[in-house]
Amino acid sequence: MAQQTTIWKITSLLLGLGLLAMIMYGCPSQTGMLDTREAAQKVYVAPGEYDEYYAFFSGGYSGQLSVWGLPSARMFRNIPVFSQDPESGYGYSEETKPLLMTSYGFIPWDDSHHPDFSHTDGMPDGRWIFINGNNTPRVARIDLTTFETVEILELPNTGGNHASTFVTENTEYIIGATRFSIPYEMDKDVSIDSYKENFDGSLSFIAVDPESGEMSMDFQIIMPPYHYDLGRAGKGPSADWAFFTTYNTEQAHTLLEIYASEFDKDYVVAVNWRKAQEYVREGRARTVPAKYYHNLKDKNTGIAVSTVHDEVLLLDPKDAPDMIYFMPTPKSPHGVDIDPTGEYIVAGGKLATVIPVHSFSRMLEAIGNEAFEEVINGIPVLEYEATIIGEVENPGLGPLHTEFDGDGNAYTSVYISSEIVKWSLETFEVTDRIDAYYSIGHLMITGGDTPNPDRKYMVGLTKTARDRFLPTGPKQLHPAQLYDISGDRMELLLDFPTIGEPHYAQAIRADIIKPNVKQIYDLDDNNHPHAVKRPRDARVERDGDVVRVYMTNIRSHFTPDNIEGIRVGDTVYFHLTNIEQDWDMVHGFAIKGANSGEVLIAPGETKTIVWHPQRTGIYPFYCTAFCSALHQEMQGYVRVSAADSNVPLTWRTGDE
Amino acid sequence: MKKSTRLGLILAALLLIPAYFTPIWTIKLTAPQYPDGLGMYIWMNDITGHERHDIRNINILNHYVGMKEIDPDLVGTLDIMPWVVGGLITLAVVAALVGKIWLAWVWIVLFVVAGTAGMVDFYMWGYDYGHDLNPRAAIKVPDMSYQPPLIGRKTLLNITATSWPYWGTLWIGLSLAAGTAVTVRESFFGKK
Ligand SMILES: [Cu+2]
Repeated sequence: MAQQTTIWKITSLLLGLGLLAMIMYGCPSQTGMLDTREAAQKVYVAPGEYDEYYAFFSGGYSGQLSVWGLPSARMFRNIPVFSQDPESGYGYSEETKPLLMTSYGFIPWDDSHHPDFSHTDGMPDGRWIFINGNNTPRVARIDLTTFETVEILELPNTGGNHASTFVTENTEYIIGATRFSIPYEMDKDVSIDSYKENFDGSLSFIAVDPESGEMSMDFQIIMPPYHYDLGRAGKGPSADWAFFTTYNTEQAHTLLEIYASEFDKDYVVAVNWRKAQEYVREGRARTVPAKYYHNLKDKNTGIAVSTVHDEVLLLDPKDAPDMIYFMPTPKSPHGVDIDPTGEYIVAGGKLATVIPVHSFSRMLEAIGNEAFEEVINGIPVLEYEATIIGEVENPGLGPLHTEFDGDGNAYTSVYISSEIVKWSLETFEVTDRIDAYYSIGHLMITGGDTPNPDRKYMVGLTKTARDRFLPTGPKQLHPAQLYDISGDRMELLLDFPTIGEPHYAQAIRADIIKPNVKQIYDLDDNNHPHAVKRPRDARVERDGDVVRVYMTNIRSHFTPDNIEGIRVGDTVYFHLTNIEQDWDMVHGFAIKGANSGEVLIAPGETKTIVWHPQRTGIYPFYCTAFCSALHQEMQGYVRVSAADSNVPLTWRTGDE
Repeated sequence: MKKSTRLGLILAALLLIPAYFTPIWTIKLTAPQYPDGLGMYIWMNDITGHERHDIRNINILNHYVGMKEIDPDLVGTLDIMPWVVGGLITLAVVAALVGKIWLAWVWIVLFVVAGTAGMVDFYMWGYDYGHDLNPRAAIKVPDMSYQPPLIGRKTLLNITATSWPYWGTLWIGLSLAAGTAVTVRESFFGKK
């Protein structure tokens, strides 16, 4: 009898808990997988045919940016950005090493999170894609005619550039922000316990030259010492504004998982960047010391050049009224995403039980009515009730990022409950949900962050594969899922491994980029100071201990390919010019014992690798790319003699 | 000479002018790695690629079997042809002005001789190009030569070569046809 009662009690308790879970987090998601054959047809791109979209996935801790086709999910290329790439010689060749220079020296790695295209009238124009480096704060520009990193700008006085890159409507600015507040003052040495007095946040506004794409640090805004997580530029009516999320408004500096999760609300920051720009032009910004690198690949020579800057313009909200506001937002929000109309500001309340939606027009009204709760460091805090327009109930646990389909639907990734929820921007009610495999971070809809989305595909970027693929040991690649969102229900099409850890991705219709993609570098435009364009100009020159080898590559030989007169202790520069002008006809170069990588040289390009021979002997070098039928014969020898030898400097290819 | 014959000869002279501005012949090479093909145009005075770098790329491929480089500067015929055609234009105009029908016949004969010589020269060039191979070439296929077809299609190892007259040939043909037609009419059907 007593036992029965106990069982009954336990059963009701479990039922009750189940119900509570349902109420809090909604019904469990469904798989929503199409009939296999139908799904396969939707992603099948026949041999020789092209994908409809280019997609760019950030590499996360690989520091790279991978390029994919949608819907096939075939990877085309992995572009090195912040990380040395032994495959291509990026970061190893003399031409590319300066791109990785920072005020902390040569840093051959970073953590790349959020790519964003250059925009014209709010739409991606396919000229450049930008991506942030989170660790040693940087922003890179990749040229979409060559798919190569051409510029990297360091952000001064910033502790982790995470809320970046997000680009304004006509690429006026790329935004950035400090993720981890640190003392704004350069190299300031203080006790960590003095966080509240000495630490600051900062927001960065990087200008982009509309013609050349060249980036410059236009100005920064000093902020309270919160953590600034993600951002977005506004659209349409809100185009002059940029939005950032904050967490750790508690201002904790240790055990953040507990101490930074105490408050019910943190803030969404709204910055009128147009007004900020006016203030800066009026001279309201202070010039403060800073140290940061600007690395730019020269178009004529192909050589990246570093410039060091020693000051930056800093705007204090106390000197800049009506420019910046806080909107209270539950709770440690992650993403802040603007719907296609520019009216709704959706925050991913990471630890919240609802998805809060602010209204841009209500925000303007609240500012007009001065509906302020308080003012922090010159920044008015708007009343929550004055800006909020909806709270989406039952969004699952851990909502992060939202994108849109242009038909009044929003799609939010939900990390802890590992699903995507679709909800209505009219009713703020969940209308569909689907599983993610597993633990989704960002999601990306084709055009889903633009004023004019393509309601076609959605990619979920998930954090752990577990049992999804054939196992590869304790570490596995991060997966992604492709969904069809053209119908009423979200449908899973494909599940595939990616490279690095994609945090966010961007997609663009292939026809915007494809016609502009270069097939070769024009040899006539190669103004590299050490280029040789004809084999008869190939030569070796010695200047003290520095030896320069001016070498041509063409199928299937190097000129010169026999070199004598190199001595132990020399610094030998191999300047390799690929004098081919045929698409994809790439040559490589590697020499035994070189303490770096190989270099790959595209048609028409000149690349340089340094070699410090340390022992006498004969050193073979060869073409690392299988360029032709006689590829295996594409090789040569360097003779290295003792430091005091007088073997004359000679070079040749063949008998002439 | 009748006025219409004179005008016909002037027309024949004028029809040769566009032949300076368009290729006379085209050769296209396709291979598995070159689905869109590489190609060259034969002009009266030049050889150019279908695309900017095609000649360079054809030369790179050809060197493996020991073929000589295509260098328009080394093809003597290309220096002579513009003058030969210029001579034919002048002669047609002179014949029309002087009005002597025998001059028109001289023009026809010279035209046919020059045209035949041009085709023979083109064939010889193709023959030499395809047969005179560097004995130290990396790839040697016994009994294989690489002469492109004068006209039509031919498979040369992994490459399919097609060779056809181009617009310049049409203008040349029209010129010859126009000049011949009025000359023949004046000579044999002139009594009206
Ligand atoms: Cu090679």
